[in-house]
Amino acid sequence: MARHVVAPAAEIPPGGRKVVEAAGKRIVVFNLEGEFFALLDRCPHQGGALSGGILCGLTQSEEPGTYRFSRSGEFIRCPWHQWEFDIRTGKSWFDPRRTKVRQFPVAVEEGAALVEGPYQAETFPVRVEDSYVVLEA
Amino acid sequence: MTTAAIDCDLHPAVPGVATLLPYMDDYWRHTLVERGIEVLESSSYPPNAPSSVRADWRGPKGGAPSTVAQLQAQALDRWGAAAGILNPMFPVQLPFSRDMSAAMARAVNDWVRAEWLDRDARLRASILLPNGVEEAVAEIERLAPDIRFVQGMVLCMGEIPLGRREWWPVHAALEKHGLPLAIHAGSAWRHPPTSVGWPSWYVEEYTSNSYGFQASLASLVTEGVFQKHPGLKVVLVESGVSWLPGFLWRLTKSWKGVRFEVPWLDRPPAEIVRDHVRMTIRPFDAPEDGETVSRLLDHLRSDEMLLWATDWPHAHFDGDATVPPGFPEGLLPKIMVDNPRATYARLREGGSA
Repeated sequence: MARHVVAPAAEIPPGGRKVVEAAGKRIVVFNLEGEFFALLDRCPHQGGALSGGILCGLTQSEEPGTYRFSRSGEFIRCPWHQWEFDIRTGKSWFDPRRTKVRQFPVAVEEGAALVEGPYQAETFPVRVEDSYVVLEA
Repeated sequence: MTTAAIDCDLHPAVPGVATLLPYMDDYWRHTLVERGIEVLESSSYPPNAPSSVRADWRGPKGGAPSTVAQLQAQALDRWGAAAGILNPMFPVQLPFSRDMSAAMARAVNDWVRAEWLDRDARLRASILLPNGVEEAVAEIERLAPDIRFVQGMVLCMGEIPLGRREWWPVHAALEKHGLPLAIHAGSAWRHPPTSVGWPSWYVEEYTSNSYGFQASLASLVTEGVFQKHPGLKVVLVESGVSWLPGFLWRLTKSWKGVRFEVPWLDRPPAEIVRDHVRMTIRPFDAPEDGETVSRLLDHLRSDEMLLWATDWPHAHFDGDATVPPGFPEGLLPKIMVDNPRATYARLREGGSA
């Protein structure tokens, strides 16, 4: 797998998302309160673009009639059939073992490190004083 | 046919209200006569409809069989079942008065006990439940000590969907006593039997029972009844079978997209249904060729769900063909013995009063 500089980190604020291309794949990068996660932008069900879905939280229940809501904004729902995927793992909530979306390692690195290393940023200049999202794909 | 077979759907006909009067208290015995309530018949089973009673089982005037002797001759002895479950269809669900519904249910259940259960040790029965939740719970508590009563029974089209919380005391009482909830075809006629309004014909109404079963099942599953009462089993009686796989596929598929609406469901609806729900095999509602039947059984994805039943005296087959044509021979011990015994704890426990 190669490492790709896909965006200045400032372009994906907390709660934001961005679709990028790397190694010929459409990948959607999410920022959850400063942590970055990258998923293949393709629902394993019928291929809907996950990046077009709504962010939601996790609704659980101890027993009928009770609702426990947590992890607001940490799930993406496919816009086609509303299946829920955990942005942190790529796993669907209803069938995490068999229905999951491919995840890619992603990190934020300082421009100073990037200009010295073997990285290629093809579409924009890398500035020493900024930080960038680096994806392995 | 194995001698250990259990017939899970037999219908003892109440000849008329007069039959029940000895099983009522003074008030109800008096007032029903005074009000002239001599018959109570639901249009769910028109007496002369060919399906309501098989032709060779009708009495001299065309009436439904209503004695143990008739049951023995026509079904129990004829097919040699080890046990049979009586599901009385007298329409106690029709009266709008909760009290009258309960009085009639008590009378039917006591009539079944005295004139059927006490006369043939092979017989078991459903507790016919009245409309009111409190009255239904009271009837369960009254009869549960007699272990010949093996389940509580309601209709698939009652006053409200069966999963709603108003009903939960009934589910709790049934679970506590190890009694399944039997849901039988039929309507209390509080609502049109279709969701688009009143049908014109009997054939529409007869067919519409499967919608009632689907709605009841969807309600029980989505309201979380099986999460709240994990020990509860549900038996769909006279429901037909072939509609289930398609319905479960749709319910489960849709659930995946709106799971957050019913977050208490910890697994797909189809799995919950396969674990908790059983169905009798008459009517079966499938073409009479083995290949189609096998495919349908594959779609059920369970060999635990089906229970053998003749549905005596309703007319679903000729002669002695109690099992649908094309049904695999290898499954017969399962549906005739193993599945009923797994479903009804009280059958395993022996069940003599």
